Amino acid sequence: MILLTVGTQLPFDRLVEIVDRLAPTLPEPIFAQVGHCQYRPINMEWQPFVGPIEFEQRIEDCSYLISHAGIGTFVMAQKHCKPMILFPRLAVLNEHRNDHQLATVRVLEGRPGVYIAHDEDDLVRLTAERHPAPNPVDPLPDRDRLRGAIAKLIDTERRRLLRF
Amino acid sequence: MLLCPAFADVDPVFATTDPELAERDGIKRFHVLPDANRDEPRRAAVCFAASLRLVLRVQPKMLITTGALPGLFCLIAARFMGARTVWVDSIANSDQPSLSGRVARLFAHEWFTQWAHLAGAGRRYDGALL
Repeated sequence: MILLTVGTQLPFDRLVEIVDRLAPTLPEPIFAQVGHCQYRPINMEWQPFVGPIEFEQRIEDCSYLISHAGIGTFVMAQKHCKPMILFPRLAVLNEHRNDHQLATVRVLEGRPGVYIAHDEDDLVRLTAERHPAPNPVDPLPDRDRLRGAIAKLIDTERRRLLRF
Repeated sequence: MLLCPAFADVDPVFATTDPELAERDGIKRFHVLPDANRDEPRRAAVCFAASLRLVLRVQPKMLITTGALPGLFCLIAARFMGARTVWVDSIANSDQPSLSGRVARLFAHEWFTQWAHLAGAGRRYDGALL
């Protein structure tokens, strides 16, 4: 099973239509979470919304994800070591308020298991390839650094409160 | 949730807009706030009132939030009640801080961006969750 998701906040008909067109050519069935999309898929099973627990189960069960470049989906796919094809929303097509998803994919491009598609041709090419599961994430120094900075603030405040 | 290891030495109370998220992540002590965004003023007002009530009830000594609007409301309320407040701006905003984040700068004791190029006076960069 391939999992397609566009998140819960905004429609993303362009991506859902492209994947629905590709669905009959792919070797695996697709489950699509289409949110507020107007377009109704005809070649794949779909639901507008899926609760967080069922959604995590669907990530666990899928072979890979096709997704808008949302942070939440990325984090969950990474947690479950699933390959993902990220397809950023474009502000010029009114798919989001601004182009922050382009910035997101620039940061994530090149990470193990992360593939970036900007149009139907990219998706055709990437869905034709095999996507081995990425290894569990290596230590991420930037992530540890921010956690450490926050932990230090908490500790400082706790010590200050204990002194009074 | 990626921040959770930073809370290892304390026993925080969480606030979320979706109780199923707390269940998914195995969090026992949490409160639910109505979701809101800037496009829906009425829901934002409801959310603001709920945030105020929650902060009055919990009386936090410290508040840490990654946004967005409900987190901003809680941060403002907590600041006025004397809590130490920390804002971690969303990594989704690489061109400029989020709107909630820009407002939060007026209230937060500590303000983090997750982009090195957005760091500056009052905008601390100290790593990123991705």
